[in-house]
Amino acid sequence: MLRSLISRLLQGLGLVLAVVVLNFVLVHAAPGDPVETIAGASGGMSPELMAQLRTQYGLDKPLPVQLGVYLSQVVQGDLGFSYYFNLPVSQMIAERVPATLLLVVSAVLLAFVVGTGIGVLSSRKPNGVLSQFITVLSLVGFAAPIFWVGIMLVILFASIWPVLPVAGMRSIDSSGGGWADVVDVAQHLVLPAFTLSLVYLAQYSRLARSAMLDVLGSDFIRTARAKGLAESVVLYKHALRNALLPVVTVLGLQFGNVLAGAILVETVFNWPGLGRLAFESVLRRDYPTILGVLLFSSIVVVVMNQVTDLAYRLIDPRIKTS
Amino acid sequence: MFVRNPSAIVGMVMLLTVLAVAIAGPWVLQADPFEITAAPLTEPFNAEAWLGTDYLGRDVLTTLVYGGRATLLVGAVAATLSVLIGITLGAFAGYYGGRVDAALMRITEFFQVLPALLFAMVVVTLFSPSLVTVTLAIGIVSWTSTARLTRAEFLKYRGLEFVRAERAIGARDARIIWKVILPNALPPLIVSATLAVGAAILFEAGLSFLGLGDPNQMSWGLMIGSSRQYVLSCWWAVAFPGLAIFVTVLAVSLIGDGLNDALNPKLRAR
Repeated sequence: MLRSLISRLLQGLGLVLAVVVLNFVLVHAAPGDPVETIAGASGGMSPELMAQLRTQYGLDKPLPVQLGVYLSQVVQGDLGFSYYFNLPVSQMIAERVPATLLLVVSAVLLAFVVGTGIGVLSSRKPNGVLSQFITVLSLVGFAAPIFWVGIMLVILFASIWPVLPVAGMRSIDSSGGGWADVVDVAQHLVLPAFTLSLVYLAQYSRLARSAMLDVLGSDFIRTARAKGLAESVVLYKHALRNALLPVVTVLGLQFGNVLAGAILVETVFNWPGLGRLAFESVLRRDYPTILGVLLFSSIVVVVMNQVTDLAYRLIDPRIKTS
Repeated sequence: MFVRNPSAIVGMVMLLTVLAVAIAGPWVLQADPFEITAAPLTEPFNAEAWLGTDYLGRDVLTTLVYGGRATLLVGAVAATLSVLIGITLGAFAGYYGGRVDAALMRITEFFQVLPALLFAMVVVTLFSPSLVTVTLAIGIVSWTSTARLTRAEFLKYRGLEFVRAERAIGARDARIIWKVILPNALPPLIVSATLAVGAAILFEAGLSFLGLGDPNQMSWGLMIGSSRQYVLSCWWAVAFPGLAIFVTVLAVSLIGDGLNDALNPKLRAR
């Protein structure tokens, strides 16, 4: 058990390392360099100053040396300084992580709970209204671009039915913490979280429904019913566990997509999270920040994969991980 | 069986319509989607600009018609690329097994862990946004699910009698992979390819929305992204292109579902 844990940990580390190296190489092998971008943004710079900046950032050293330096810094937790903000990257990431975490966790939770819920409920009447609604929803959820749905919701709630805020995480006039702040953030969270959750909600409800229908036809369910157990007990105590498996698998595997969706949703709703930072850094060619965010995202995905594995084994003890 | 599936037929009709508009439309309209044709922020459903104009005065209908080209082209080519990469890697991994399989699976895992949108954003930005870079970027990050599927199929077929018979009579590996196993493994791969097209279209739309698409090609995502800040004054500039994306991807998904029903009777979703 411990051996497999350690080997998986090492595997995960290896993956993350590979991601870092790849992106480092990519970023430094592409045309144009950050000093030129900075020079351009400040309206021109003398060649001497550019050379000085290059030396300062270590950009004049050969690539493998730069890579080595970067890796040794990363291992110590130093992700470098943003070219644009001149702040430590790790600090900038740490500042934005809570916002993104809040958004992503809310969205996934919403999708999981509501999606599985309606999926399970609809399995009682496979041809009922709820079931057809799920079929429609799953098609719509996949086909509608996240950012478009977000903007449509912005239109709806900004001009037609202004009951929810459409931008940012807090109201401009918010001050201090306390319960009022929590409510404020919660209100701002509703639309972005819902938008992000939509495509997964559709998917999970469909998955849960078909998994439940599969399970409900099997022998052990017939036995449970024959024993005279109440339908709700049959559904929730016996069938549900089996239905959860596909949903949990898909959930874990899709975490990368959720992060991508977060970039789009944060842009639409002006949510001050990691996604927006990533996007803005890409535009500004702020290499350290880009690499830092990529590294962080990869770590999160790797961790989520392992967590999914564990959750898998909790739900179905028969499963042995490969 | 496919032909008898009503939603798949609807999907085909929708897709053909979209294709027709995208291909023939520009020839009919002979206009420049970037050109300012009327006063900005004209509302739709009037004689001058049927679907209104955006904040710059660009005709929305023209952008819809011309935008289809970039979106569909990138979607189709990127999906093809990702499917080709996926099938090749999956076939080798599934057929050869052992160390080849382990190595290829490591690579697949790596690309799965890589944050797709972020990586594509980095690639496109670094190598200047253009149709080519966008297509390549999308293709490079999207192949992993096809690879897994192909590998599973090949693992299944590898031990079967007729494959072993081929090996017994001395057929070359390449022949077995491409001419013997692959045609049998094709049905689920076709379905996966159709879904890949839908995903690629959405991916391209997302990149264009963020402003990272080809700036010289009108695309639906670009329209949405550029009009985003003025959306409260001209909802039509965002609603219609988005609707176009939605219809196209929906059409592709319906076709994919129909193909799935037709080709995988055992796995038919209820």
